[in-house]
Amino acid sequence: MQRYILRRLLAVIPTLFFASIIVFMVIRILPGDAVDLIIKSSPFMEDSEQLRKEIEADLGLDKPMHIQYFYWVRDIVVYRDLGTSLIRETPVGPDIAERVPVTMTMGILAVVFALAISIPIGVYSAMKQDTIGDHVGRSFAILGLAIPSFWLGTMIVILPAIWWGWSPPSRLVPFFDDPFRYLSVFVTPAAILGASLAAVTMRMTRTMMLEVLRQDYIRTARAKGLSETLVVMRHAIRNALIPVITLIGLFVPYIIGGTVILERIFDIPGIGQLLLLAVQDRDYPVITGIFLMVGIFVISVNLIVDLSYGLLDPKVRDQE
Amino acid sequence: MADISGQAGVSAPKVRIGQRGRLADFTRRLFREKPLGAFGAVMCLVFLVTGLFADFIAPFGYNEMNPIDRLKPPSVEYFLGTDQIGRDVFSRIVHGARTSLIIGFSAAFFSIIISCVIGITTGYFRGKFDMLVQRMVDAWMSFPDLVVVIVAVSVFGPGMWQVILVLSLLYGIAGSRIVRSAVLTVKENDYVHAAESVGVSTIRILLRHILPNIMAPIIVLFTTRLAAVILVEAGLSFLGLGVPPPAPSWGGMLSFEGRSYMFQAPWLAIMPGLAITFVVYNINMFGDALRDLLDPRMRGSGLKQKLDV
Repeated sequence: MQRYILRRLLAVIPTLFFASIIVFMVIRILPGDAVDLIIKSSPFMEDSEQLRKEIEADLGLDKPMHIQYFYWVRDIVVYRDLGTSLIRETPVGPDIAERVPVTMTMGILAVVFALAISIPIGVYSAMKQDTIGDHVGRSFAILGLAIPSFWLGTMIVILPAIWWGWSPPSRLVPFFDDPFRYLSVFVTPAAILGASLAAVTMRMTRTMMLEVLRQDYIRTARAKGLSETLVVMRHAIRNALIPVITLIGLFVPYIIGGTVILERIFDIPGIGQLLLLAVQDRDYPVITGIFLMVGIFVISVNLIVDLSYGLLDPKVRDQE
Repeated sequence: MADISGQAGVSAPKVRIGQRGRLADFTRRLFREKPLGAFGAVMCLVFLVTGLFADFIAPFGYNEMNPIDRLKPPSVEYFLGTDQIGRDVFSRIVHGARTSLIIGFSAAFFSIIISCVIGITTGYFRGKFDMLVQRMVDAWMSFPDLVVVIVAVSVFGPGMWQVILVLSLLYGIAGSRIVRSAVLTVKENDYVHAAESVGVSTIRILLRHILPNIMAPIIVLFTTRLAAVILVEAGLSFLGLGVPPPAPSWGGMLSFEGRSYMFQAPWLAIMPGLAITFVVYNINMFGDALRDLLDPRMRGSGLKQKLDV
């Protein structure tokens, strides 16, 4: 197990390195020169070759690329400095951190929702393979993959408003003022996000259940006279769900993409909304800051998922 | 397809069937064994024809305004109603099919090319080169699709070709994994070893011995990519970052500009979304059937790909 953990940790280092290179490249190719910006924003500066050189030296832009990269990483790791917003002129890091809990709440609710509906349906579908119930479940899953979340969200905002004058709760209050009110805002968007995740989970659960139910130990359990419920609950589901865990790692980028759209529709002040605002204002430090943080977050979650997968399934850890 | 017959454990009929006969044979199997997939295939054709002949099918131009007929509900004249500036919703959906078609097919096509180049070289040569590239692919895939596209649009500006470029790269790099794993199994076949031992050039091995034998997963990958690209493009246009208006796009028709009018005219919100769902659903059904018929080994692993939507 220790060797497995070590190997996984070592494999993350190049991934993090390449991810940071990607973000750094984006920063380099951004339109609009930083020097131009500084000169334009200050009325006292006369645009001259001399001044440009000075500002460049000041920002470290005269240094070779790899030195610049080194400075950039050092600023982030040592000084926790992601840059400053061009519009609000506040540091980007705290701006992002402030919105993390909102997006996290939505993501976690979506996962809970997805697992709660997909696992029972997936298990049922596998046990009643090729019956009408199975077909209905699977058709809904494929449909769930085809319906875009922004359309579902739009419909849920518009149709009930027309029919019954009802609209989903939207004003976000601080969590500690009224936890229920706070969570109620997330219920509708999280359910929409969860629905598409549920479609994938349901299909995966069904496939894994079908595979496990064909195993010898299930036959043994049945042969020794265990009730079908016990066979399914204790022997089948537990083993079938292990690979489903890896899905949660795959969900994370999908959830982050999904919240961008759903935060827009339901006007929720999370990371996605910050990103869209920044794109609108061409606030590049905020865009690249979010880009980097999202990448690091996804890599970390995948590492945790891999490690727990190894913990649960010895076969994975002994590979290679 | 009879090509997989080289695979260990897969015993395809050894009968020699001509190219045309094979296609006919495949179509027959599709309709007999996978009725839902066949329906999906037919609907994909409808989508194709709609996109190609949009000018002949749509009764109005996509930006043709009849200000007197604002927000008209569906009627005989305006099949699916009109929007806030009196444009025919049906015509805009038909023309929107063309936008989805162009972006979907180009991005899916280029992404497959990228996947093949990366997947075949890394899978065949292995070694340090493969290790390095795999870590890069890991890094690339840790950025969410939509976030990558949004950042890219903010850098390159909105527009159809920018979107195609970014989506091709995005799915091309992610899809290289699937091509690579297919290459890993194919390259252990005797005919590849035989070709290597008689000194056939590497390029020739890759193109004549490897590539034809991984066509099945590549075709399936194409259908999943097509669906994914159409969905992401719609999402992007919904956010106002896709194809700039007044060009018609299904996502754009649902965007915030029209939001306040949708309460008076719900068909504005319903119809474009139905179009997206319908097309993506049918592509998925067709893709699933293709996978089952062409490449039974991919069953199950396709799930991960679905998440890329």
